[in-house]
Amino acid sequence: MSRLHFQPEEILETIRMVQMENLDIRTITMGISLRDCADADLETSATLAYDKICRLAARLVKVGEEIERDYGVPIINKRISVTPIAMVAERSDADDYTLMATYLDRAAREVGVNFIGGFSALVQKGYTRGDRALIASIPEALASTRRVCASVNVATTKAGINMDAVAQMGRVIKQAAEKTAAEGGIGCAKLVVFCNAVEDNPFMAGAFHGVGEPECVINVGVSGPGVVLRAIEQQPDADFGELASIIKRTAFKVTRMGELAGRVASEKLGVPFGIVDLSLAPTPAQGDSVARILEEMGLERVGTHGSTAALAMLNDAVKKGGAMASTQVGGLSGAFIPVSEDIGMIEAAELGVLSFDKLEAMTCVCSVGLDMIAIPGDTSAETISGIIADEAAIGMINRKTTAVRVIPVPGKSVGDSVEFGGLLGRAPIMPVNTMSCARFITRGGRIPAPLQALNN
Amino acid sequence: MTAQSTRIIVSVIGQDKVGIIASVSAVLAQAGANILDISQTVMQDCFSMIMMVDLEKAGVSFEELKRLLDQKGNELGVRIDAQQEDVFRYMHRL
Repeated sequence: MSRLHFQPEEILETIRMVQMENLDIRTITMGISLRDCADADLETSATLAYDKICRLAARLVKVGEEIERDYGVPIINKRISVTPIAMVAERSDADDYTLMATYLDRAAREVGVNFIGGFSALVQKGYTRGDRALIASIPEALASTRRVCASVNVATTKAGINMDAVAQMGRVIKQAAEKTAAEGGIGCAKLVVFCNAVEDNPFMAGAFHGVGEPECVINVGVSGPGVVLRAIEQQPDADFGELASIIKRTAFKVTRMGELAGRVASEKLGVPFGIVDLSLAPTPAQGDSVARILEEMGLERVGTHGSTAALAMLNDAVKKGGAMASTQVGGLSGAFIPVSEDIGMIEAAELGVLSFDKLEAMTCVCSVGLDMIAIPGDTSAETISGIIADEAAIGMINRKTTAVRVIPVPGKSVGDSVEFGGLLGRAPIMPVNTMSCARFITRGGRIPAPLQALNN
Repeated sequence: MTAQSTRIIVSVIGQDKVGIIASVSAVLAQAGANILDISQTVMQDCFSMIMMVDLEKAGVSFEELKRLLDQKGNELGVRIDAQQEDVFRYMHRL
């Protein structure tokens, strides 16, 4: 080996990945426990939370920028996740937690992060008083803040599906859309309904700091659809074995970047390093699309027959490569298929090639779910609940995380499109099934935990 | 994690022309940065040079050196990057 320790090709490969193929660290997310911020008075509780976030995350953005400068790798987002607010706020006797959201929003602005996640409740098996208050506050909280993200876990493999919560979330999503109608229902882009939510997810809008997590932790989400695309473009005739190898090698390199960034950030901030989330997270930018990878594998357009198989193979290869590159893997770890945030998905949806039902099928084999899909504004709350129930069932039976982030865009119907701007992108309104599922949704109660839960 | 290395990788990519190496070396010399190794290739007209540089005895900070190199890159019409060596060690070595 030369004294350089590296082959020039290796150095040029790294530089090319960053400069030409959009390799980046998608997010460094600081998880902060707010369990010690409960108080009988909601405003006191919110102040305690605000002070704690500002204290622990004061240097987060600066350290992120130092890492970008030292290693020449862009870190797109610096973010914060906190303990599900239902657990923090329910010590108070308030029944509206919007105030808490405004304090979180201010704290996020103060430390310079673009999103703070954790306006959340976990109700897979039932509600506490705080859970009820939090969920009822979601529409107003999302309408009156910019940076706060909300999530509600309505099902797990172990607990089954809380169908009362599923029914309620259909209504909450409608209300969140209506309260932000002037901005295309953007409130719903900050709201995720989960099955099997994970406690260490660094990606928004679904991040929260789980109860089993330490006081403060650094989690990293890497990305690099462009790098994977470029790697497989080099081998147009490779069979699937070779293709899997290429993707694994690429995912390995991408993940090592995340591992380095996480370790350095953890050391500089004096906070333990949690996990690297091995995800392929697209953005609306050209060359940063998961759909394009599937198309490069040989699909004329994503959404056609073969899309689910292509995605399954991609997702698995990314995990295999990434798992070897990091000491602690966690979060969601898989390819994301948000419609509005991926130029290939947007185009396929506009052409009518990518249907809602195909997206649902694809969520069986990847993380995370029906993500950033715009649907007609007149879609009923029960239909949205039906969508959530289906997705939760997929997660529950397959022991995986699934989620729903749909936007019933007020005043828009199929043929229109909506622009959210920035990382959230734009989306054509996709048709949903118009037959009613209202009688199914209003039954209420819980779908029992499946046999898969009985593994002790 | 081991203490941060004082070694950096300087990469220069762009159109070939007379005096690129001399100009970049001069910036490094003035900064007191020691060049440990150089590798250079020219493909068609595209010039790429990679230097391993030790900043242990350098008189300027990494941040300042990055700024000086960037300035020189603009003058020469080439792109000059400086990155901590660790990023390559992490990506390509176990």
